Amino acid sequence: MENSVRIKVGLASCGIAAGGLDVLEKVEAFLKEHDVKAQLDHTGCVGMCYAEVLMEIEDNEFGSTMYGYLNAKDIDDILTAHFIEKKPLTEHIVVSEKFGGSEKEIIDYQTRIVLRNCGVIDPESIDEYILRGGYEALQKVVKNMSPVDVIDEIKESGLRGRGGAGFPTGLKWQFAYNNSADKKYMICNADEGDPGAFMDRSVLEGDPHNLLEGMLIGAYAIGSDTGFIYCRAEYPLAVKRLRIAIEKAKERGFLGNNILGSDFNFDLTVYEGAGAFVCGEETALMCSIEGKRGMPTLRPPYPAESGLWGKPSNINNVETYSNVPWIIRNGANKYAEFGTDKSKGTKVFALTGKIKNGGLVEVPMGMTLRDVIYKVGGGIIDDRKFKAVQLGGPSGGCIPESLLDTPVDYDSLTKTGAIMGSGGMVVMDDTTCMVDMARFFLNFTQDESCGKCTFCRIGTKRMLEILNRITQGKGEKGDIEKLEELSKKIIKGSLCGLGQTAPNPVLTTIKYFRDEYEAHINDKTCPAGACKALVKYSIIEEKCIGCGACKRACPVDAISGEKKEVHVINQDICIKCGACMTACKFDAVTKS
Amino acid sequence: MIESDFDKIDAVLREFEGRKGALIPILQKTQAQLGYLSKEALEYISDKTKIPVAEIYGVATFYTQFRLHPIGKNIIRICHGTACHVANAPKISEALYEELKIEPGGTTKDLKFTVEEVACLGCCSLAPVIMVNDKAYGRLTPGKIKEILAQY
Repeated sequence: MENSVRIKVGLASCGIAAGGLDVLEKVEAFLKEHDVKAQLDHTGCVGMCYAEVLMEIEDNEFGSTMYGYLNAKDIDDILTAHFIEKKPLTEHIVVSEKFGGSEKEIIDYQTRIVLRNCGVIDPESIDEYILRGGYEALQKVVKNMSPVDVIDEIKESGLRGRGGAGFPTGLKWQFAYNNSADKKYMICNADEGDPGAFMDRSVLEGDPHNLLEGMLIGAYAIGSDTGFIYCRAEYPLAVKRLRIAIEKAKERGFLGNNILGSDFNFDLTVYEGAGAFVCGEETALMCSIEGKRGMPTLRPPYPAESGLWGKPSNINNVETYSNVPWIIRNGANKYAEFGTDKSKGTKVFALTGKIKNGGLVEVPMGMTLRDVIYKVGGGIIDDRKFKAVQLGGPSGGCIPESLLDTPVDYDSLTKTGAIMGSGGMVVMDDTTCMVDMARFFLNFTQDESCGKCTFCRIGTKRMLEILNRITQGKGEKGDIEKLEELSKKIIKGSLCGLGQTAPNPVLTTIKYFRDEYEAHINDKTCPAGACKALVKYSIIEEKCIGCGACKRACPVDAISGEKKEVHVINQDICIKCGACMTACKFDAVTKS
Repeated sequence: MIESDFDKIDAVLREFEGRKGALIPILQKTQAQLGYLSKEALEYISDKTKIPVAEIYGVATFYTQFRLHPIGKNIIRICHGTACHVANAPKISEALYEELKIEPGGTTKDLKFTVEEVACLGCCSLAPVIMVNDKAYGRLTPGKIKEILAQY
């Protein structure tokens, strides 16, 4: 590279949504105007989503310097200070070699295996991937290892499925390897449908070659020559980058026939989902690839025996495959140094909700929830009180404060009633109503139920009706017991994971927050002040100066009062929108 | 449907000739070309692929991506995922419906906008988020809605 100056702007979906393209434009303009010679690239998601837009400058002068929380209007000042005055504005620096940075610690707490290239390389460049050790694992496998060697290595690493179920990956590959057939399929489940989860999206947008390499190694191991990446259509950038990566890998001989001069052939196609959460379930996913309605089927037979078009198939999640190249290059023993006894390696989490540093983090298994949320995540926004953390999306459960010291590993989490899930971690504070959260998740799973099983189809609907009534102040005695009974039956009467786990959010919130349910049902109040129907807005006489701001903001004219006189809210007309509270500059409107 | 529409469908079918189980990509590309899947389009595809109309209809109605009615020029997707919900997405929805004077899932009278509520757009740290066509807008407040709509 003749240019020793390199500028990278984060342009994954988060970066773009935060104004990354405008920032890129400004940088381009600056470089041109001041004739600064630099290589300008875009890169994927580095995980610090709360600090977008992010821009990293690599030069001989200062090494690596990453600026964050950027807006287009900051660029001129920052670049002038960096390149012309040679005195970088440290208040904008998040991580750097020479100046520390506000977020340095957060990066230090993490162990980035799956995310090692995200935010570092240009995801559309195969050369950059290769420069950082890319496709070395594939070469090692094709030239020096037999399929059984590969399977043994993965088994020894202790890698477990990262899609949520945590099934040992090496064992899964072994099953597919053992079944002989004229055709075997290698499938990647990139249908990341859990609301609040975007781990896979970042890997697909930021380091697609890593996934391809993982799938290639797996295909070699089980004896497959055809693969599919089932990616949800709501990720257009991921689909685009995957297709570019596949083309480039083909050009270089990493995909296609006679890979690296061997007799290993592998052909890979991206298949776009069509908007059905249930297609994240492996049997439904395969039905979808076959062009049918995505309705799950009974197992056994398991996909390893009879999967896509009746042939032995192996399905793994994006993150699972993304661990494979690292394991092969560095060895199973090295991987097994991270994590706990039964949960080896690292896990990527999408930290969202009421957390200060929301984004993607990758931590070794075994770190406590408390550390993830407070050390890495920076704690609760506005330093409010922590209430619960929801793990595993709509299939998962809520974990209360008393269990914050639970280590993050498959078995410890299952003991609490929640699950590891795919990595979505939503943090809630004292303003979140747990009954409403349960209702929110059930609303989702009810909508996404494929309809095949009576208990899932109708049971979830009945549960939702009860929860709706409760949050609207119409709860009745016996409702909690009804919810528990329905939950048990739905779990027993459902054939797939969607139905079997849909009641989890309800069951865990009842277990740990029963008092909130009782308050809603017996006292018709919402302790968190979130359920509209149970909330009352009123004006504090002593604080009101009669400015009229609330009156003007009210969309239904529910507030009356003369100028400079105390205003009053008419509870019969009030629709509880909260506009008055937002408008009041004197804290005179209260919610109870 | 006009003649050029049939030609467009033919082109899509040619692309997938010989490929097993290609019904979903066929429907996706047809919708991308024609804007939505009309009854005529489904019947034509059935005729050419020999897949029964009932089966095609079953697939088209199972997946939320498929539209069986014409839609607006710009598609607005409001994220109602967990993180956005906790960050006040319902208020954003309200503001949008009020501004455009339509119901959820509806299309404005001038066919300029269609609004859908979706489960998760994957930009959780910028909650609440909406997407207009391929562009995502994050860190929203009800006040910013008017500005964003004015760009289209």
